[in-house]
Amino acid sequence: MPATNSQERNVRYTAAFFDKEEDLLSAASDARRSGFELVDVFTPFPVHGMDEAVGLGRSRLTWIAFAAGLLGLGFGLALQIWTSAYDWPLNVGGKPFNSFPLFIPVAFELTVLFSGLIAIGVLLARNRMWFFSKRRVFERVTDDRFVMVLQQSDASFDMKNALALFNRHNVLKVIEGDQYV
Amino acid sequence: MNVAIEHLKPRETHQAEHAVVSSLRKPLIAGNKSYQEVTDDICQLLEAKPGRGWWIVFSISFVLMVAGVAATAHTVMTGIGTWGLNKTIGWAFDITNFVFWIGIGHAGTFISAILFLFNQKWRTSINRSAEAMTLIAVMCAGIFPVIHMGRPWLFYWILPYPNDRGSLWVNFRSPLLWDFFAISTYFIISAVFWYLGLVPDLATVRDRVKSRFRRGFYGLLSLGWNGSNRTWSRYETVYLVLAALATPLVISVHSIVSFDFATSLIPGWHSTIFPPYFVAGAVFSGFAMVMTLMILVRWVMRLESYITLQHLENMCKVTLLTGSLVALAYFTEIFIGLYSGNPNELFVIVNRAGGPYAWAYWTMVTCNALFPQLFWFERVRTSVPAILVLSILINVGMWFERFVIIVTSLHRDFLPSSWAMYWPTITEVLIMAGSFGLFFTAFLLFLRIFPLISMNEVKGVLHYARHK
Repeated sequence: MPATNSQERNVRYTAAFFDKEEDLLSAASDARRSGFELVDVFTPFPVHGMDEAVGLGRSRLTWIAFAAGLLGLGFGLALQIWTSAYDWPLNVGGKPFNSFPLFIPVAFELTVLFSGLIAIGVLLARNRMWFFSKRRVFERVTDDRFVMVLQQSDASFDMKNALALFNRHNVLKVIEGDQYV
Repeated sequence: MNVAIEHLKPRETHQAEHAVVSSLRKPLIAGNKSYQEVTDDICQLLEAKPGRGWWIVFSISFVLMVAGVAATAHTVMTGIGTWGLNKTIGWAFDITNFVFWIGIGHAGTFISAILFLFNQKWRTSINRSAEAMTLIAVMCAGIFPVIHMGRPWLFYWILPYPNDRGSLWVNFRSPLLWDFFAISTYFIISAVFWYLGLVPDLATVRDRVKSRFRRGFYGLLSLGWNGSNRTWSRYETVYLVLAALATPLVISVHSIVSFDFATSLIPGWHSTIFPPYFVAGAVFSGFAMVMTLMILVRWVMRLESYITLQHLENMCKVTLLTGSLVALAYFTEIFIGLYSGNPNELFVIVNRAGGPYAWAYWTMVTCNALFPQLFWFERVRTSVPAILVLSILINVGMWFERFVIIVTSLHRDFLPSSWAMYWPTITEVLIMAGSFGLFFTAFLLFLRIFPLISMNEVKGVLHYARHK
């Protein structure tokens, strides 16, 4: 969400800190069930079952990687067949100009190369990760803290309810602030 | 502007709750660590000044590397005539070293990709440094074919780019060209796989270093990582995709390296057994190198809680399996030599075992087929000095395997009048020493700059086999 937009709307957030992944897991699914607007959770390592707890579907990146692989395969075969059989056919050891079986290794390597690089590229672009990305990092979240962020955009947001929910799941501390990004 | 609302209630740590150990499985990380202790243990290695031991080893490696650079410069400026090659033996030390280093690299990918797909959680303590080893080993390997070309400044001619020579395209039917594609793809994919794994840990380092320079450095490299679950979710998907891509890739790389030999008509090379034989040998030698490095690293850096005896034992078992596959391949080669009825095939076998290079052949057989069989004994698998000695011997053996395959197959060819002997010149020995210098220099720099154990993955398996 662009920052200007949130400033206009003056959206505030509440961040709850936990020190066990189980607490964050149960708190996240609890918050979702209680109708809070869960922005995101932050963890020092990927927590098993967190996608289900926050209601995140399967990533489509696997399909992108597959399509990129097909692209690499097509490019590899087209490059080899065109250069060897059409642009400048050379007789090498009496082999046919289109020596298809011999083109498999390079086509395979290009499949892997395209698939891997495009998957990574899309990952970085999709998460807007690059060298100069500046992002809000919650205290100790890359070390040993598990953080859940709730948005207070809704008029129905009730701090008392939220605190009660956090407390049920052994919260350590709670902070409030403007748009978290 | 953020305000802390309240500290709701003080809580004690959860140390005691994790202390009960499962009766069925052993924890992967010893010492009952908390998340914070993991961060501290690994980051402190980067924050402290390097000790005297590090400087001594670094200086030696650096000097070796410089010697290698000088010998390489001598080769490039004078020509391949500075090497001990002749008309009969056109490949020797250079290609031996090339295959040796590529093979070393394979263990890193095996640990980071194949063990990941098989959900082997013990890989988390060693995958980072094993992958770094892969990258450095592939760099060392890449040097040899390039300088072997004779005119290394034209190495880019191997790329299929439109040029003003026609365009004269590269010969896609040549395994040597496949090699170029395989190894550059392997290097690129391994590098991004390794870097992607590093990003969350670089963020951990960024968030705790004091100096501005370091914070800027790790800040740049950590790509704004903030541990968001959305990011983690996509990150894990791509990590899985890369592991699935790297698995067939690593098998293809050494298979293609073996095609360099197998597609020729030289007896001793022209064999369908080569691809699996080379892949097994590569994983075998790579694991031996990982064990050598890990034993030294855990000892010097006091990482016994992270790289436990269990890790070493598991690696010994992989080495035993792959070593036995290699032994089977040696046996099969002899059998086929006898069974084929081809006098040239038979001659290569007899010449290897009893000819002028018999000492190299028997070094190879002893180190690769016999010594690893000691890993059947649990006492050997759990004795650190024994593993260290055996892992070094395996690497010596695997270096000789490549030497034997290359030189003994070439030196007595179809015409007895062209039989010759090969001995390396001092230039070749220095280039080889230089590749070891480069390997250790780069590995020691890696230990100082990057977290050598994957903190985020170790934290994920920290409670493995501990009741909550």
